[in-house]
Amino acid sequence: METVKYVSEKELKEILKEAEKILPPRLINELYEELKEQALTREEVKKIVDLAISEYSSSLIEPGEAVGTVAAQSIGEPSTQMTLRTFHYAGVRELNVTLGLPRLIELVDARKTPSTPLMTVYLREGYKNSKEKATEIARRIEFTKVENVVKRVIIDIISFSIILELDPEMLHDKNITRDHVIKSLSRLKSLKANIVPDPEDPYKITIEVPFEKEPDYAKLFKLRDRILNTKIKGIKGIKRVIVQWRNGEYVLVCDGSNLVAVMRIPGVDPTRTISNNVKEVEEVLGIEAARQLLIKEMMNVLEEQGLDVDIRHVMLVADIMTRTGIVKQVGRHGVAGEKPSVLARAAFEVTVKQLIDAAARGEVDELRGVAENVIVGQYIPLGTSRVKLLMKLHIPTRTKGEER
Amino acid sequence: MSEPSKIIKAIKFGILSPDEIRKISVTAIVTAETYSEDGTPIEGSIMDPKLGVIEPGKRCPICGNTMGNCPGHFGHIELALPVVHPEFAKHIYDLLRATCRHCGRIRIPQEDIIRYRRYLESLKKRWPMLATRFSEYIKRKAMKATMCPHCGEKQYRVKFEKPATFYEILEERKEGMIKLNPVMIRSRLEKIPDEDLKLMGHDPSDARPEWMVITVLPVPPLSVRPSIFLETGVRSEDDLSHKLVDIVRTNERLRENLSAGAPQIIIEDLWELLQYHVATYINNEIPGVPPAKHRSGRPLKTLAQRLKGKEGRFRGHLSGKRVDFSARTVISPDPYLSINEVGVPVEIAKILTVPEKVTEWNLEELKRYVLNGPEKWPGANYVIAPDGRRIDLRFVDTKSIAENLAPGWIVERHLRDGDIVLFNRQPSLHRMSMMAHTVRVLPGKTFRLHLAVCPPYNADFDGDEMNLHVPQNEEARAEAKILMIVQEHILSPRYGGPIIGAIQDYISGAYVLTSKATLLTKEEVSEILAAARYIGEIPEPAILSPQKLWTGKQLVSLFLPKDFNFRGKAKVSAGYLKCENEECFWDSYIIVKKGKLLLGVLDKKVIGAQETETLLHWLVKEHGTEFGREFMDKVFRMFVRLLEIKGFTMTYDDVVIPREAEKEIEVILQEAYRKVQELIEQYRRGELEPIPGRTPEETLELRIMEVLAEARDTAGEAAAKYLDPFNHAFVMARTGARGSSLNLTQMAAVLGQQSVRGERIQRGYTTRTLPHFKPGDVGPFARGFVASSFRKGLNPIEMFFHAAGGREGLVDTAIRTSQSGYMQRRLINALQDLYVEYDGTVRASDGSIVQFKYGEDGIDPARSSHGKAINVKRLIERVAGWRL
Repeated sequence: METVKYVSEKELKEILKEAEKILPPRLINELYEELKEQALTREEVKKIVDLAISEYSSSLIEPGEAVGTVAAQSIGEPSTQMTLRTFHYAGVRELNVTLGLPRLIELVDARKTPSTPLMTVYLREGYKNSKEKATEIARRIEFTKVENVVKRVIIDIISFSIILELDPEMLHDKNITRDHVIKSLSRLKSLKANIVPDPEDPYKITIEVPFEKEPDYAKLFKLRDRILNTKIKGIKGIKRVIVQWRNGEYVLVCDGSNLVAVMRIPGVDPTRTISNNVKEVEEVLGIEAARQLLIKEMMNVLEEQGLDVDIRHVMLVADIMTRTGIVKQVGRHGVAGEKPSVLARAAFEVTVKQLIDAAARGEVDELRGVAENVIVGQYIPLGTSRVKLLMKLHIPTRTKGEER
Repeated sequence: MSEPSKIIKAIKFGILSPDEIRKISVTAIVTAETYSEDGTPIEGSIMDPKLGVIEPGKRCPICGNTMGNCPGHFGHIELALPVVHPEFAKHIYDLLRATCRHCGRIRIPQEDIIRYRRYLESLKKRWPMLATRFSEYIKRKAMKATMCPHCGEKQYRVKFEKPATFYEILEERKEGMIKLNPVMIRSRLEKIPDEDLKLMGHDPSDARPEWMVITVLPVPPLSVRPSIFLETGVRSEDDLSHKLVDIVRTNERLRENLSAGAPQIIIEDLWELLQYHVATYINNEIPGVPPAKHRSGRPLKTLAQRLKGKEGRFRGHLSGKRVDFSARTVISPDPYLSINEVGVPVEIAKILTVPEKVTEWNLEELKRYVLNGPEKWPGANYVIAPDGRRIDLRFVDTKSIAENLAPGWIVERHLRDGDIVLFNRQPSLHRMSMMAHTVRVLPGKTFRLHLAVCPPYNADFDGDEMNLHVPQNEEARAEAKILMIVQEHILSPRYGGPIIGAIQDYISGAYVLTSKATLLTKEEVSEILAAARYIGEIPEPAILSPQKLWTGKQLVSLFLPKDFNFRGKAKVSAGYLKCENEECFWDSYIIVKKGKLLLGVLDKKVIGAQETETLLHWLVKEHGTEFGREFMDKVFRMFVRLLEIKGFTMTYDDVVIPREAEKEIEVILQEAYRKVQELIEQYRRGELEPIPGRTPEETLELRIMEVLAEARDTAGEAAAKYLDPFNHAFVMARTGARGSSLNLTQMAAVLGQQSVRGERIQRGYTTRTLPHFKPGDVGPFARGFVASSFRKGLNPIEMFFHAAGGREGLVDTAIRTSQSGYMQRRLINALQDLYVEYDGTVRASDGSIVQFKYGEDGIDPARSSHGKAINVKRLIERVAGWRL
């Protein structure tokens, strides 16, 4: 029996060397890694590499292809199958995240603030593996008002004072003592009151309000609201923080987002911490980060709904939104409203204003886009009608006696 | 033929100057009376015959053309006093504030002007968008100056009152305000030098600002505002004509009063009225201006209204155009067509035509068509003689025409088998919504299509209609055939996988045919292969004795390419039918070696539509779209023929469960009710541990929902245990042909909790959902839990809750379609100009680069393998899969 000779790694490298002229390095590498695992003959490897080259060459995009329209359709068509509802954040019941069509519209609209801002805070080495340290940071960034730790508020009209009864459980949960509360209350500048901790009950604070002549009760009620809204600690905008064990480390998931403030907290890893607010990311981390976030968020929405959309389509949308260096919405106040063609803008929205402004400025429409050429009844400059090359029809005349 | 002889290179926008308006005008309009007593239009009125012929047969006094050929001609109205164009009011306001009231110069020092001009020039060349922004900035800057840097004149604040009134505030007192009338405004605008205008972003050669104040009003031709004759013979004028009459009447009155030296007050009033009429003539929806109304109270549709909105000139007529050579009718299925065919009713085929040039090769055939005439299919409706004469075959002797037919003539023949047409279903959400098909003329009145093309069109046969278009020239036909034909769209550009594939019965059929239990006799094999139009040898039978029997896998193998290797898991590979490798009894692991289906059943994950990296996907990708089409045509016909032989349907019995199962479900439900009751009591006692961040009420709701959802699932599983795993309903759910196990549970076991907005049903009265419950009852039934199954039937209360939940779904869909439609329109508008340049970059219409390499790797998703340029694992399987 003839023994089958399998290809050696050296031979494999040799064969792949040939393909390097055409295939990009990433594919060469993938081919190498996969092929060396299998027992294949030299002929088979040859055949596979040849197929790879021909498949790669035939899968390249063709000049003239209307990639924009295809991208828009590939995102728009499946969006009709999406649901409208909001969903709970992966595994955490307390957090709601807007997903589905509303979120997608929010993204292409480039809204200032998302309807459910969310921030994922990653921690540095030395913090990320310790639940205690993670919780400590969580407590530091969670925005806590007096209201959050108060069980009951009593307005004593007779002594003209406000009595706060603190909730021991909440105090413990947020790692706050009564002294903290008193300290933050005393920082209230306009509060000219006497803050007296109850000597008997360790969870009671009495705030005695001095008054001149007539006691003003309306003022007292107003004061109560002011006191309840007093910040004890935390970062503005962070409503809740949840510590989560994810991929071998503790991660803080925050309801609300404030990247600038959170990144300053020691222990927070600013290189990985991210928000779902595109505008905020654009301001803090720059336009490339915003583009990346747009892609990530859109893909996330589509995948979560079980819709299979190629990432290239999403990238094109993100690119058209970010290519000028600022995030622009898809629509009248952004990409579609800043097209160079008057007719294209007029055909989209606010027709009359576009025409009037164009007339006042004496604008010229160069008819280089799709919409404007459809309007004037000419070929659109895409695909097969983009080709301007004409072939000269040359019919050779056969002279007498010439052979066939 | 189709290369246009003239190309519009650019369109320049501007404002018509009074001189230009007079130049293009054929007559001055001076009288408000339109018709004399005998009904003839009065010369010098807005119905002047010089404005264009509108009656058939007459010739235009200006251009000499008949009705269809005369484009119409403009007239003009010399306004007694100028009025402000309301749409330009904002621009006028800006200019008045940015320029000097005395010398007309821009209020910016000369040295800055020179600098700005230089910036502007360089910006214009490279960033036109920024140039307009910069002009805006210059304007804003000029407005801030309180003194003219050129002549030193003190500048006053200008106040603008909508829609078109301007005041100059000399002093901050009421009396210190002077109204600027259009004459004054115009003279100020006239003073602004051209160079300064350029700085502010205007083009003085085509848009001098004083032209924004109207002195001469163009009167559009009659064809723009045709009169309509009602059935009663009463003439009804267009809204524009009504408005023009108002303008002429007011204008003439104003002129008379002016020449008669009427008091200032009367002049002012008439001037104001003229301003109103001109403003509403241009735009009848100016905020703050009462719209001009028809006698019936309907607001008039004037110039701006004609352009605006979805049905306006732009979106309604310019971006979307109506076409000839199209048809629309109801669709119905025909599994005996190829996927790229469309069945066209004879009646329609006799109306739609294809122009065919007569040559010596088709002469005889076309003669036959001409002889058949328009009534008999296949015939012809028109012939076009070499001199361009169009002959209608309805009214001539077809015989003599047929005899005269010679090369050089064109015959507009009926649609016939093999013609290429475009087929479309709205909403056209992606390019697969309009594909090219080849015609099959069939009896009947509906368009027929193959079932496998339903997913790309998103079509079903519950009354859907579709459109058909016939390309009229070779170029269009060639593009349709090469680029748009159905098989070129089997692989979707959305995800790089097949969007056309097996659905519903094709999947059930494939499963039944390829399952181990199916063995076929010679008769059956012959019939099935005949249905697939197989020509060739019947393979060796799998079983020889006592009877020759064939497996379905053998039949499928006949259509696979001889070098095809494949391995994969079927959809049925789940639960106890799971198979991880070939050593598995359940036959849900598929192995194809050298074109032989050795193991495994075919189902949705193997040949289904909208599934990637499947057997079907690789067949189409590796063996070409034409092969893919033929494979589907043949194999799918085979699947349905098997079902026709065996019978495949769903019956009531399929969802009947035995008494023991009923009891088991009852126990499960009772247990769930008990748990719910316990939760409610816990809550009432205040002992319910709230979920962090939730109120106790919310916690209770969530917990109850959890308990009930779990109860339904376990009840479903209990019921499934007793169902025959090979009953047809079950087979359909398992193979992915139709329905889900949830649907089965709802039919056989319990319907489960009905919900509105993701919560149990709360709405109704304040303390209860329906008067059948005690106030405050929050138990399962009072909140929309349906314990009945569809088989048993719902009681009236359950039915009510089910309807409430069902309605939410309907409302949801209705809202979603409008929202996603608008989003898609915006996306398309933002992206439609992008294309791939020859250098591989993605560019916008102005040539600016959007991506340096499309998708960062230059791979076309439509030609990729599910997003990847090459799938190495598949390549190995393809080449060496037969022995690995």
